[in-house]
Amino acid sequence: MDQAWEGFVGGTWQGEVDVRDFIQRNYTPYEGDESFLAGPTPRTERLWNKVLSLFKEERARGGVLNMDTDVVTGITAHEPGYIDREDETIVGLQTDEPLKRALHVNGGIRIAVQACEQHGYRVDPAIVDTYATKRKTHNAGVFDAYTPEMRACRSAHIITGLPDGYGRGRIIGDYRRVALYGVDFLIRDKEAQKASTPKVMTEGNIRDREELSEQIRALRQLIELGRQYGFDIARPARNTQEAIQWMYLGYLAAVKEQNGAAMSMGRTSSFIDVYAERDLARGVFSEEQIQEFVDHFVMKLRMVKFARTPEYQSLFSGDPQWVTEAIGGMGVDGRTLVTKTAFRYLHTLETMGTSPEPNLTVLWSTSLPAAFKEFCAKTSIASSSIQYENDDLMRVYHGDDYAIACCVSSMRIGKEMQFFGARANLAKCLLYAINGGVDEVTGVQVGPKYRPAEGDVLDYDDVMEKYLAMMEWLAGVYVNSLNIIHYMHDKYCYEALQMALHDKHVHRWFATGIAGLSVVADSLSAIKYATVRPVRNEAGVVVDFEIDGTFPAYGNDDDRVDSIAHDVVHRFMEFIRMNDTYRNSVPTTSVLTITSNVVYGKKTGATPDGRAAGVPFAPGANPMHHRDTRGAVASLASVSKLPFRDAQDGISNTFSIVPAALGKDDAFVDGFDWTAVEDDISIHMRACGACCDDAAAPDTAIDGR
Amino acid sequence: MENECDACSCGGRHAFDDARGASSRVCSSSAWRDDGGRSGRIHSVESFGTVDGPGVRFVVFMQGCPLRCAYCHNPDTWDMRGGSCVEVDELMADFERNAAFYRTGGITVSGGEPLMQAAFVHRLFAAAHRREQGRVHTCLDTSGFGFSGAKSAVIGAMLDECDLVLLDVKHPDPDACERLTGAPLRSMLAFGDELARRGVATVIRHVVVPGSTDSEESCERLGRLIAPWRNVVGLELLPYHRMGVHKYAEAGIAYPLEDVAAMDATRLPALRAAVARGVRAARASSS
Repeated sequence: MDQAWEGFVGGTWQGEVDVRDFIQRNYTPYEGDESFLAGPTPRTERLWNKVLSLFKEERARGGVLNMDTDVVTGITAHEPGYIDREDETIVGLQTDEPLKRALHVNGGIRIAVQACEQHGYRVDPAIVDTYATKRKTHNAGVFDAYTPEMRACRSAHIITGLPDGYGRGRIIGDYRRVALYGVDFLIRDKEAQKASTPKVMTEGNIRDREELSEQIRALRQLIELGRQYGFDIARPARNTQEAIQWMYLGYLAAVKEQNGAAMSMGRTSSFIDVYAERDLARGVFSEEQIQEFVDHFVMKLRMVKFARTPEYQSLFSGDPQWVTEAIGGMGVDGRTLVTKTAFRYLHTLETMGTSPEPNLTVLWSTSLPAAFKEFCAKTSIASSSIQYENDDLMRVYHGDDYAIACCVSSMRIGKEMQFFGARANLAKCLLYAINGGVDEVTGVQVGPKYRPAEGDVLDYDDVMEKYLAMMEWLAGVYVNSLNIIHYMHDKYCYEALQMALHDKHVHRWFATGIAGLSVVADSLSAIKYATVRPVRNEAGVVVDFEIDGTFPAYGNDDDRVDSIAHDVVHRFMEFIRMNDTYRNSVPTTSVLTITSNVVYGKKTGATPDGRAAGVPFAPGANPMHHRDTRGAVASLASVSKLPFRDAQDGISNTFSIVPAALGKDDAFVDGFDWTAVEDDISIHMRACGACCDDAAAPDTAIDGR
Repeated sequence: MENECDACSCGGRHAFDDARGASSRVCSSSAWRDDGGRSGRIHSVESFGTVDGPGVRFVVFMQGCPLRCAYCHNPDTWDMRGGSCVEVDELMADFERNAAFYRTGGITVSGGEPLMQAAFVHRLFAAAHRREQGRVHTCLDTSGFGFSGAKSAVIGAMLDECDLVLLDVKHPDPDACERLTGAPLRSMLAFGDELARRGVATVIRHVVVPGSTDSEESCERLGRLIAPWRNVVGLELLPYHRMGVHKYAEAGIAYPLEDVAAMDATRLPALRAAVARGVRAARASSS
């Protein structure tokens, strides 16, 4: 057909959108080492130095360099922007200037105004008026539909982080499609999809047709965005540079349109490698040039920024975007998906130095080529900037063309998306069970007025029965709040471009989350194995506990308590599943709170495990601090007993270790001819922001009132 | 009987030690008794040991030590009657639960002083070697104190099942050694000689304490001391640190090295070289 596909092995992918088929038929697994890599070009160094000085200036100005206050963002809202047009081989910025933050208003106008005001900028009053009175926002829609019970749960922080004032994120467009097919092909495909909808106009069918129209409109704008930068992306990409540029423009359109909590990139290295191999074989580009394209592409991903409130940024420990790019992994046919371009992506950490974004994530398998494993280890030691995830575990569920949204949420690219949101505070839920739905901090009746736990000593069976009833209630309120949120997000803040890069029939995950798991496990263990006496205040509310005796603590590979943690996750998930979910999405959950565990703890009273009121929860699925006494393997073993089947959206265990505790280099010697090796390894966990923290709209930033 | 302690036949008079896991049916307060090594008295278990032998290791810290090293950072392991009783099968069951982690590592017994409970260690190492799913590498971390004629048979049997020894040579000078540890150097050296005679792979450990063992001279002397042992495959100089000091305060024991600062680790390469010089010099003059 087009010269763009010359030399590629044909297949299903030529007649229909099927990027995986293209990759499988054309990619070249690479089992060698990193010796082929090329260093940064002078252009790359000049550009990166410019970006570094912009970052420095941004920090000096309190975290933002500039904010747009008079142009509402959109795919084609801004004139082209450049770092240095002469030097850039891959182009495109979110606005007309580097690091100038765009004005996203569809999520909520007040929160956008607050984000600007807190950095000293003032949004054009005409825009504010339009979105406050004429054009409804997602946030306004949600608050129109929330019930008093949902609002009460939100205020009491038994449900936290509801995405009612920010973009839900967790959707990865298949940006590779733009490069492989060109946008015209994709538009024709979407038009055919629209033509094939049923004739009877049910509500679902009407919504589908409207959304497909929105998607087609977004794709037309994507062509226009290309034109602004001087490219005809209506046609397929013809070489490596174009493939990266086309793909990046697709991603750029997404971040121009949406301020999602996590705007991940996908899994693009094996795809790009097909073009690189062809160009190298034809002598079109050299290794230096290909590395340069990769560097300039990654440089752009490092510059993705959103306008957010300082509170949001402090919660998320910085200014993370979760531009996650999955690298490597194994194919279902046993060939590795590691290519030379996997090395090139990781090599950017050397050519341009270490960086938290994009979130380069190696899909680790025991079967990865040894040379790649070693390169990963070396690059990790030098940069501390690679995330690893278990491909052997996820491939079973998602095949070999999945990517990671945010930090751990796996989904098949272009085929699955996620309705994400919030955390249920299961520790507070246990206290509600003990107090008959009365909040232990405020004394307000938030939950249903069930019979509280009575008597001087807590009885395990009695508390468990009450807890299950309270979890069932909480799961109901939680799922239904999310149903409202995702309905309104689709209606007022639809991710048209990202969804245009998905199949018509998308598998939708309904992702919930839980917080305080280890507190709950230890509390129930204490009630079961020790003697726990509730301490009531004058109003009869249990506000503290006295514990006699010892109890097994989660984190020591002890089945007595680990099975409690397992069952809590499983039972809560079963309660979640009892509810109808928006658009028949499939429920899952996660145990991932990595920074907000501090905030959740602050809002939760004393718990039966001896944790005092206000003390932070352990992050994610971690054991409580200092309660795991048998070392890391035993601690990890407890965590690994949690059911992945029920928590497919991810289970996190934050684990820090000092270099010296990772072993010694100099213990073994041959014939006393030793040399001491001094290594400086530091491992640090980045806080996962988007998936775990309370970024719900502050009460002062609610629209439509 | 449900409350019976499996380890020490206390008949349920003692409370169970709940912190030790579901498989544990042993009490926390019974005194260790010599039952031919069926049960051992341990301080704790570290499931992710990375510094006591090669690879990731399951480390068992034995309870009870006859030495009183001035720099000891685990004074809570001294008491021969402290800790808790376990059986070999229980430890092996704990090991098996997470055996995948130890594929390139193994089991290390440290302490406390493991030679005090050599019969138990022997049983544990034998179980590791005869394991159905494959042999597990065994490593002993010891001062060598306690090796005597009376116990040579049981210790010898243990060494038959020992793949690697980390031998902590406390001080090359006999008087200084006794001052530092409260025990004579010759007993420890006798153990070293036995290891050499048997050809058990051995790594020499040596804590470098400022003002005591941190001179090049002292390190050369150490080198000359260990030079005859051709079974030595490695050397670890461990810089003195003060991380155990809080345990003394908690236990109400005076800390003997109160005025000694932590060792400057940057001096270690030079001291390693000094040990090597000592070894070479001694070997050259003896050949």
